[in-house]
Amino acid sequence: MTSTDQQPFLSIKDLKVHFSTEDGTVKAVDGLSFDLMRGKTLGIVGESGSGKSVTNLTILGLHNPDSTTVEGSIELDGEELNGASDKTLEKLRGNKMSMIFQDALASLSPYHTIGTQIGEVYRKHTGASKKVARARAIEMLTRVGIPQPDVRVDDYPHQFSGGMRQRAMIAMALVCDPELLIADEPTTALDVTVQAQIMDLLKDLQKEFGTAIIFITHDLGVIADIADDVLVMYGGRCVERGPKEEVLRTPQHPYTWGLLGSMPSLDGPVDVPLNPIPGSPPSLLNPPSGCRFHPRCAFVEKVEGGRCSTERPLLEIVDGRGKACHLTDDQRREFFADLAASKAH
Amino acid sequence: MLRFLVRRFIGAAITLLIISAITFMLFYAVPRDPARIACGKVCTPETLEVIRHNMGISDPLPVQYWHWLEAIFVGRDYSGFGHCDAPCLGYSFVNREPVLATVWDRFPTTASLAIGSSVVFLIFGIGTGMLAAVKQGKALDKIASSGSLIASSMQIYFVGPVALYFLVYQTHLLDQPSYTPFSENPGAWFNGLLVPWLVLALIWTANYTRMTRSQLVESLTEDYVRTARAKGLSRRNVFFRFAWRGAMGPIVTIFGLDMGVLLGGAMITEKTFSLQGLGMLSVKSVFSNDLPMLLGVMVITAAFVVFSNIIVDACYALIDPRIRLA
Amino acid sequence: MSNTSPLLDVSGLTKHFPIKGGFPIRRTVGHVQAVDGLDFQVSEGESLGLVGESGCGKSTTGRLITRLLEPTGGKVTYRGQDITHADRRGLAPIRSEIQMIFQDPYASLNPRHTVGKIIAGPMEINGINPPGGHEKRVRELLEIVGLNPEHFNRFPHEFSGGQRQRIGVARALALNPKLIVADEPVSALDVSIQAQVVNLLQEVQKELGIAFVFIAHDLAIVRHFSQRVAVMYLGKIVEIADRDDLYDNPRHPYTRALLSAVPEATVDEVPRERIRLVGDVPSPINPPSGCRFRTRCWKATEKCATEAPPLVQASGNKPGHLTACHYPETTDIIPAPRLSKDPEPAV
Repeated sequence: MTSTDQQPFLSIKDLKVHFSTEDGTVKAVDGLSFDLMRGKTLGIVGESGSGKSVTNLTILGLHNPDSTTVEGSIELDGEELNGASDKTLEKLRGNKMSMIFQDALASLSPYHTIGTQIGEVYRKHTGASKKVARARAIEMLTRVGIPQPDVRVDDYPHQFSGGMRQRAMIAMALVCDPELLIADEPTTALDVTVQAQIMDLLKDLQKEFGTAIIFITHDLGVIADIADDVLVMYGGRCVERGPKEEVLRTPQHPYTWGLLGSMPSLDGPVDVPLNPIPGSPPSLLNPPSGCRFHPRCAFVEKVEGGRCSTERPLLEIVDGRGKACHLTDDQRREFFADLAASKAH
Repeated sequence: MLRFLVRRFIGAAITLLIISAITFMLFYAVPRDPARIACGKVCTPETLEVIRHNMGISDPLPVQYWHWLEAIFVGRDYSGFGHCDAPCLGYSFVNREPVLATVWDRFPTTASLAIGSSVVFLIFGIGTGMLAAVKQGKALDKIASSGSLIASSMQIYFVGPVALYFLVYQTHLLDQPSYTPFSENPGAWFNGLLVPWLVLALIWTANYTRMTRSQLVESLTEDYVRTARAKGLSRRNVFFRFAWRGAMGPIVTIFGLDMGVLLGGAMITEKTFSLQGLGMLSVKSVFSNDLPMLLGVMVITAAFVVFSNIIVDACYALIDPRIRLA
Repeated sequence: MSNTSPLLDVSGLTKHFPIKGGFPIRRTVGHVQAVDGLDFQVSEGESLGLVGESGCGKSTTGRLITRLLEPTGGKVTYRGQDITHADRRGLAPIRSEIQMIFQDPYASLNPRHTVGKIIAGPMEINGINPPGGHEKRVRELLEIVGLNPEHFNRFPHEFSGGQRQRIGVARALALNPKLIVADEPVSALDVSIQAQVVNLLQEVQKELGIAFVFIAHDLAIVRHFSQRVAVMYLGKIVEIADRDDLYDNPRHPYTRALLSAVPEATVDEVPRERIRLVGDVPSPINPPSGCRFRTRCWKATEKCATEAPPLVQASGNKPGHLTACHYPETTDIIPAPRLSKDPEPAV
């Protein structure tokens, strides 16, 4: 089965999310497009302020409608979500699409038991009785590997350990068999051994239920473990996307190079400095002109006519692979080869 | 929970013991003859001698305190005046009756004032606060915020007479403030207290509006509120079951403490509306130098504060399962 | 002072936090055994990495070394001087030589003080007047950490997260310390900024010859920064070795599991070894008897429950490579992976 003869399950087209604040308009997402097929995992990588979390809150319609303007199209299974009514979205949330968050302790209500919190999603969307919902909650807790689920169902979140809370959160998100799961840094707050458990769990559940997953993270290592496709975001825009193997092996955008160069590995050289990206992520109140990465990019001089600071590079996607950068393909190959050589020495 | 209550009641008893001891020592260690003070303005040498005897002035101060304490449990005989049954909080030689009898007589007025006005200010304060939080940043919020700021900077002795003038004397919309026991005539009880309730509530409402608003604004940004929305729950459901639940704890805490204070008597309010509650009783006792009475009222007031504290903590644990009572 | 004696010598270091409870009178009913009998040394100019998961006691260890906390047991010797229970006065000369860098670049800088005042703070407190005055020294320090020296009269909120962490480093350097304890110095920062700060710390370590105790949960960053690495689990060091020994030849099952759980940003032709630990870390209030890791270890036997393994040079270890395990790993046997689906009941 090739992906081209299938309709994408989720299709985002030219999404723009702007917040009005006291200091001005924040262009949190600025023209983002991507598709996601059923049963696939899209990893979105980016640093703080890249717009990765905002994008996903917007898909669920969880942005503050008073201060946010959303342009573009968010199509879920053929249904347009941008501008959809509260009622429509409430029916979809937790049901057809659900979300898990980074900080499970803060994201679960401290005032209700785990069982109530899982059960109420099920009751809301299926109209089941309290008793049925409770049984379903126990079933889900068993499914995500909580020991003694029939006892722990009556516990409060603070009585769970960090890893178990994230499992409970996953149980809550999956209780209505959603077709789209958005995971916003679900393992960032966890220890590595627990992170590994949670990622295995997500992969197993995806195999079982065929859920499409958007996995947001700042960690390319996590992406390598879980994603099929990768979308690299910077300053509210997509700078590079493609299949995971290609993006990690032959990254094409200088920002992706920088991210990879910033991360020490478990077997790389140790006595050479890392290759960090200079400067800091841009303010989205007053983002840089042209390519938003140009103030931090080492290759600005290589592009003729100073186009990096004047002209927005377009993202051209061919066969699911693309980047938004003014460098020519030859230049890109040359510079990447140099970087790879300097890292290996 | 039981452990918590036992522990806290022991703590409360110790606290009250210390408060009463300190107050007792302060009152009776004054350089003037306490018996002379207790005797009141019209005092014959014979009465003074009887009071002196009854107070046990010749005993050392700790022994005097011990007798006072003992009386709470076994009562005390005031020869020439009468017997004070247990629990006896002392005997007012000015009023010529046990302290507790007077306190008991005044308490329903204070309690009616406190409970009635708190119903009013809770409903209006929390209601307005909720509206302001939901309509954050909009006109309604701004009106509520500035209104409550103005109201909270008002004083009873200003608002009271103004309200009396307009609502009662000028327009006769409401009744002249007075106290009729509820058991005698509920209608009269209600009508007589309506103006004091409203005036007292006006000032307290403002506090509760602001507190409710700020607590809700904070809890509405909590991650678990966002999660609840992400689960598909409706705005209304999320607001009451999640956000309000989170905001409730601090409000209950403050309310409990306020209630303790209100039950101890609202002096200025009672004075403004000429109601004979505990507040007026303490004012009067000060002016008539009725030390036994003053001591009794202070201990009772302290008890209200201490016990409402315990109730508050117990309520907090019911609201927030993370709080463990031990 | 001879060159062979270590800068910092820690032996049997223990910190137990009492738990209050009981009825009707509150008393100590137990202890959180946060740190339980640590032995390690730090030589001059060396960087020792402390890794482990949350609750393993690595941050407590950092606070014990800097004497922000007082140990319950054991001994901390700095340059031959016992500082385990030293009072304020006894610590005064040492406070300038041991400095700390904290995780949160937002919470650890006073928002009402200018950067100049923050960095000069340690000099003022210790009554040190560098030649040319405080301001000159502050400018020098700002330059060293890669900030504009003209910004000394700005406030912390005018800086980004990475720049604030640089300010924290400048403050730590103000008194020419010999030892810096860095507690998760980069974990709150963005990936691209992390690398900047790691490079800065590495420069500082090499050029100024400052010894580091580098506390972090990120194994790759610790490997990059530290010459020697100690792995902690539930208040104990389970393994300590030179960097290459530890990462290439982990002997403790926990070290091995930890390394195999780190996600790496590479696409492997041959899948990497994957060991999935089951369940959660037990409570430090009532840690397992014997070897504390045994409840999650696939090799545990009766012996592990009764006998705590000492931290020794296991046979096959290079000198200086100490492992606390009855059944140390060998490189060629890959343990059977365990399913992550059926965790044991956790505390």
